[in-house]
Amino acid sequence: MPLENTILICAGGGCISAGEISVKEALENEIKKYALDGVVKVVETGCMDACSLGPLMVIYPEGVFYQKLKPSDAKEIVEEHLLKGRVVQRLLYKGPSGEIKPRATEEIPFFTRQVRIATRNLGVIDPASIEEYIARDGYFALRKALSMTPEMVIEEIKKSGLRGRGGAGFPTGLKWELTRKSKSDEKYLICNADEGDPGAFMDRSMMEGDPHSLLEGMAIGGYAIGAHQGYIYVRAEYPLAIERLKIAIKQAREYGLLGKDIFGSGFDFDVDLRIGAGAFVCGEETALIQSVEGKRGQPVQKPPYPAQSGLWKKPTVINNVETLVDVPYIINKGWEAFASIGTEKSKGTKVFALVGKVNNTGLVEVPMGTTLRELIFDIGGGIPGGKRFKAVQTGGPSGGCIPEEYLDTPIDYESLTSLGTIMGSGGMIVMDEDTCMVDVARFFLQFTADESCGKCTPCREGTRKMLSILDKIVEGNGTMEDIERLETLAVTIKDTALCGLGQTAPNPVLSTLRYFRDEYEAHVKEKRCPAKSCKALIAYRIDPAKCTGCTACARACPTGAITGEVRKVHTIDQEKCIKCGSCFEVCRFDAVEKLDAVEVTADT
Amino acid sequence: MENQTLTDPKFAELDEFIDNLPDKKGMLIGVLHKAQEIFGYLPAEVQHHIAQKLDIPESTVFGVVTFYSFFTMKPRGKYQIKVCLGTACYVKGGQKISDRVKEELGVTGDEPTSDGLFSVQEVRCLGACSMAPVMLVGERDFYGRLTPDKIPQIIESYRRKENKK
Amino acid sequence: MKIKSLEDLEKIKEEGLKNLSGRQGKKRGRITVAMGTCGISAGAKDTLMTIIDELDKNGIDDIAVVQSGCMGLCEVEPTVEVQIGDQEPVIYGNVGIEEAKRIVKEHVIGGRILGDLLVKKSAQ
Repeated sequence: MPLENTILICAGGGCISAGEISVKEALENEIKKYALDGVVKVVETGCMDACSLGPLMVIYPEGVFYQKLKPSDAKEIVEEHLLKGRVVQRLLYKGPSGEIKPRATEEIPFFTRQVRIATRNLGVIDPASIEEYIARDGYFALRKALSMTPEMVIEEIKKSGLRGRGGAGFPTGLKWELTRKSKSDEKYLICNADEGDPGAFMDRSMMEGDPHSLLEGMAIGGYAIGAHQGYIYVRAEYPLAIERLKIAIKQAREYGLLGKDIFGSGFDFDVDLRIGAGAFVCGEETALIQSVEGKRGQPVQKPPYPAQSGLWKKPTVINNVETLVDVPYIINKGWEAFASIGTEKSKGTKVFALVGKVNNTGLVEVPMGTTLRELIFDIGGGIPGGKRFKAVQTGGPSGGCIPEEYLDTPIDYESLTSLGTIMGSGGMIVMDEDTCMVDVARFFLQFTADESCGKCTPCREGTRKMLSILDKIVEGNGTMEDIERLETLAVTIKDTALCGLGQTAPNPVLSTLRYFRDEYEAHVKEKRCPAKSCKALIAYRIDPAKCTGCTACARACPTGAITGEVRKVHTIDQEKCIKCGSCFEVCRFDAVEKLDAVEVTADT
Repeated sequence: MENQTLTDPKFAELDEFIDNLPDKKGMLIGVLHKAQEIFGYLPAEVQHHIAQKLDIPESTVFGVVTFYSFFTMKPRGKYQIKVCLGTACYVKGGQKISDRVKEELGVTGDEPTSDGLFSVQEVRCLGACSMAPVMLVGERDFYGRLTPDKIPQIIESYRRKENKK
Repeated sequence: MKIKSLEDLEKIKEEGLKNLSGRQGKKRGRITVAMGTCGISAGAKDTLMTIIDELDKNGIDDIAVVQSGCMGLCEVEPTVEVQIGDQEPVIYGNVGIEEAKRIVKEHVIGGRILGDLLVKKSAQ
């Protein structure tokens, strides 16, 4: 029977004098009573450094810390923690400051809920060491694939149910099959590592932390479709990823894992980097191909699809980083291993970048079908500062915002589409009550208006027009007709734009109008920003009852708008105030209030 | 012009890079990256030189330079400060960081400071969203979990580095 | 050397495994600093340099110091994993310069786990 728990009990001088030995004996007795002695190991360690709180113990694998233990606590620890898996709250380590350390509670699900396939090597291996990658079964999948026919490899990927992780979720096996069947003397495989969605950074992390997985996935893909040259199109904003990829390519070539006659199979495949130059539209596959050819990255009409006519007019497959990193796992473990995870139509796992107003920001990989609530509250540890959750934004500038009532939706491609957003590359930006949804929509429209390549009119002119209406609204000058006009424009652009960028650009507006229409109306009708975020609609004021005259705000104010003597109540000159919020942030007495501007003007 | 090309070591360095490319096909963006690394920016004469060297129309070079936000035809500061305004940074106050940086440097847009040391750019996601808000100084120095009051200190550290030289 | 067969691959895997377990050659352990962009923006470069310096100052040459990618839990970057001998690897979070010094002094030299910095055991 494998060991399920290891309990480290501190046997430093402090803990011994506080009664560690009797606690240990009591614990061992309880463990024996429940016949857990085969699966739970109790180990004495050196001092854990919190002697005043001893006796201390840590229970692994969760890493839960307990403090100030008595022999009588042993029973509860065994019954609750070891048998039922419930943390004994009252004994949790609170640290010298008295507050409960987050790691003992929230961070357990952060690790235990994850299923690491695409991120299997992240943080585990040295990315600059091909030997360590091989030690984790790296390049074994390539060897296995080369012993199969390309058709068998494609079949394996098709059966696994793998779908593109970059956005729309096109079945990867099918894409490969279409390209395989295109007749041509030359074919190409391009990895789209132009991770442009703001808020998503999983591709960067994978390239930085596990570059060989990507190279191996590309070599397998190249073999399947019949390509001998692959390109990684990577953003110039990712210098570290570029550096690590260069090292990895060099190592793989030295070992003959890229280059001629790989594993003596007669198959040749090599990979080169192409560095982007800062154009979001290059994430769109036809624009990306233009850019790889060294041209302006403007999209072209489809069909023909890249599978027939792509790079240099040859059949080309374009796959996202995470998709390709999943491939070696599927080949190594078999399609069943991947297909057994996930939902009916979305198989396997997905990596999400959990960012914004959430406690445990970071990269998480969970099975498809995990709910948004599990992701944000169990794994992400909820919203910091006791604030209220408002929405989660997925899919970048092509996606939308999901409100609280849909938090129990299992995440997959279809469910997110039905909520008016998309999976996208997996950015999950959590927003709380302080985030203004109109401003978020404006932020994304500004992004797409800037990034529109200008080729087609609906996108070039339409996004600018939408942006100017949104600007009007956040400044408090909007009308109800503006909201209607916004909707009409959104629908028109969606229907008529040339490429994916334009077609999805209105999504942030449409989804916020769908779920947060009241916020738009508050801006228009009441000239009020409910989140108190839009500068034109708010004002700061100092509460005379709370102000202690500490002068912190006056010193922080960049425009000298705050006056007042030491230990006397300070005031803000509304004329000079630029509403930067510095005073609000530095005040330790909550004396600076953020109010609706209408309220303050009415006062004075 | 031709003489300058022959004598300026920067042009020689660029030529060496171009001559060593195994295949010039599709390499315009790569060449422009290298040229910007060497010259700091891409003025008309550099574009002209590249067009001749790669045997492509100058208009093509100009078209590509103006399409991509990474390329610039104006000089930038020695230390380029890129303040991230990706979504995560934006919701966590990236705009305030950018405002503070500009205030601290006394600039309004992307023009370099009068001493030529710094220039600021507001950029799309730098991919360090979990550390939001972030900024990048030069190619390598990432600063995360920023607050506006940390800015003066960071800028000062680069000024000191310069003064020591 | 070119890898041409499964045997070649297995041989390298074996070597690599020794590396990963931190017991290659005469090395007694391994300290891994997560050096993704997120780690670096949280100050992981200083952490790495401090660890190397402190080990040097104390004349310790049997601990390998390596870099890895992002572990995922960016909230507590910089993160450092310490593995000594046969012990379970331990992950520390929020490791700045002072914390890095303490890790070398107390964990590597003193053999004690630093409870207040502990995030969890190995991510594996």
